[in-house]
Amino acid sequence: MGKSVVRLTIDGRETAAAQGSTVAAALLNAGLTELRQSVNGEPRGPLCGMGICFECRVSIDGRAHQKSCQVLCADGMVVTTE
Amino acid sequence: MNHVSSDVVVVGAGPAGIAAACTAARTRQVTIIDDNPAPGGQIWRGYGQASGASGGGDWFSRLRGIAAQRLYSSRVVGLGDSPRTLLVERPDGMMQVCYRDLILATGARELFLPFAGWTLPNVMGPGGLQALVKCGLRVEAKRIVVAGSGPLLLAVAAYLRKHGASIVCVVEQAPFSALSRFGKRLVQYPGKIVEAARLQSKVLGVRYLTGTWVEAASGGGRVESVTLVSHQGRRREDCDYLAIAYGLTPNVELPSLLGCEIHGGKVSVNDRQQTSQPHIYCAGEPTGVGGVDLALVEGQIAGAAVAGDRRTVESLSPQRERWQRFAAFLDEGFALRAELRALAKPDTIVCRCEDVSLERLQRFDSWRAAKLHTRCGMGPCQGRVCGAAVHHLLGWDPESVRPPIFPITVAALAAFGNHSSD
Ligand SMILES: Cc1cc2nc3c(=O)[nH]c(=O)nc-3n(C[C@H](O)[C@H](O)[C@H](O)COP(=O)(O)OP(=O)(O)OC[C@H]3O[C@@H](n4cnc5c(N)ncnc54)[C@H](O)[C@@H]3O)c2cc1C
Ligand code: FES
Repeated sequence: MGKSVVRLTIDGRETAAAQGSTVAAALLNAGLTELRQSVNGEPRGPLCGMGICFECRVSIDGRAHQKSCQVLCADGMVVTTE
Repeated sequence: MNHVSSDVVVVGAGPAGIAAACTAARTRQVTIIDDNPAPGGQIWRGYGQASGASGGGDWFSRLRGIAAQRLYSSRVVGLGDSPRTLLVERPDGMMQVCYRDLILATGARELFLPFAGWTLPNVMGPGGLQALVKCGLRVEAKRIVVAGSGPLLLAVAAYLRKHGASIVCVVEQAPFSALSRFGKRLVQYPGKIVEAARLQSKVLGVRYLTGTWVEAASGGGRVESVTLVSHQGRRREDCDYLAIAYGLTPNVELPSLLGCEIHGGKVSVNDRQQTSQPHIYCAGEPTGVGGVDLALVEGQIAGAAVAGDRRTVESLSPQRERWQRFAAFLDEGFALRAELRALAKPDTIVCRCEDVSLERLQRFDSWRAAKLHTRCGMGPCQGRVCGAAVHHLLGWDPESVRPPIFPITVAALAAFGNHSSD
């Protein structure tokens, strides 16, 4: 992992993440385990870590339903859980 | 929409795709496509940032050295509107990629079997958790139960431990007798013995429970404990994460969409890795889960085949057979026990996208009928998680794939033209 750090906003709070981290990793590191609610309102978080299950989806820079495990953190990125 | 054409297109930049691209590029012009931000596939994920993956380094420098067109963060979601064209979703929009020969190296995913509590946050696939750690997740001092089946469990436990996690135990459903039979067969694979010994030293002191499986996970808001069962009885272990999967299952959606013959969940290929569609080749896990060595050999064979290099194809054939035998030993050693089929209770969610329970599925007699009435398998994962589970629990076969193979944006759908109008 590179040493440099990027700054992003997660649910309104500014957070630092190592360059090369995915948004899913940054969310879990920030202590958020529930990234979304299922159809029946159950808490859900990442399952597959590789873009298959869609359980890690969040809004990134205003685009809904992005798979956070396949998006790298970037400076100024705004992430909101769904 | 953007159109590009390429002589040879390789889908998947894991070991198989990288080997195929590097070998094909000796005589042909190659485009390599992967949905991750960087090449490497499952085993060499994040190698660009962190080093240490054995064998990966050499292939990465070869890949860097070829004059290929690289489309990363790009996912093949369906077929384009003319023959031999793929529809590719990229961060900046859709693209059509046209090919003369196609090599499919789409890899495998983890096999998840439903049990009470498997939908709780922090219950993940072992490979999935490892992928997250490779991509920046911190696990220092986290208590992790690694469970399910297969050689990946120990590799993941060693990896997590190296990153500071406290491994509560490794839980393997296969009985000790089957594993020791498998161990004896490793004699034919000295490299694997060295690998196993190295691995063992990294998990020294970690409890390895064979003939044991996870019956339930519980917790409020995330997993907090698991119940383990064996023929000796039950016990509870507290944890922060449960990493659990029952081996791997091949990604055959794209080959299936392209009309390649699939048999027993694997893409059928000949000794040149050619599928039933003459201009389509397939290499790596989609032809049967066999690990990185088999993936590399198959990738090179597919690449050599499209490059017209028959000598290389023939010279690699004994290696292919050797690693196919290894794959068969793995299958046998880690065969799934019948008890796992009884873990899902009537109210256990099977389809996580649509929250469909087992009892709702059991009212129907086929995947098609269940899908129609419950929307099982019609959520965003399109059956990638529940399809294999349903196959294991109810014996239903997933229906043939219809485009798109991954959900895409409405704007992208508009690009489909006549191909999806049936
Ligand atoms: C989650 C996971 C973790 C693993 N960890 C290890 C490990 O630590 N050690 C080990 O020895 N083995 C591991 N394995 C096994 C390992 O995957 C294989 O041994 C080896 O990587 C197989 O290589 P491959 O090239 O066939 O497939 P993969 O490495 O799976 O590569 C396939 C690539 O194709 C991409 N792809 C698939 N479909 C599309 C599409 N439609 N469009 C664009 N791209 C696509 C995938 O994202 C992936 O990058 C793991 C497997 C999984 C599933
Ligand atoms: S965790 Fe499964 S898609 Fe991201």
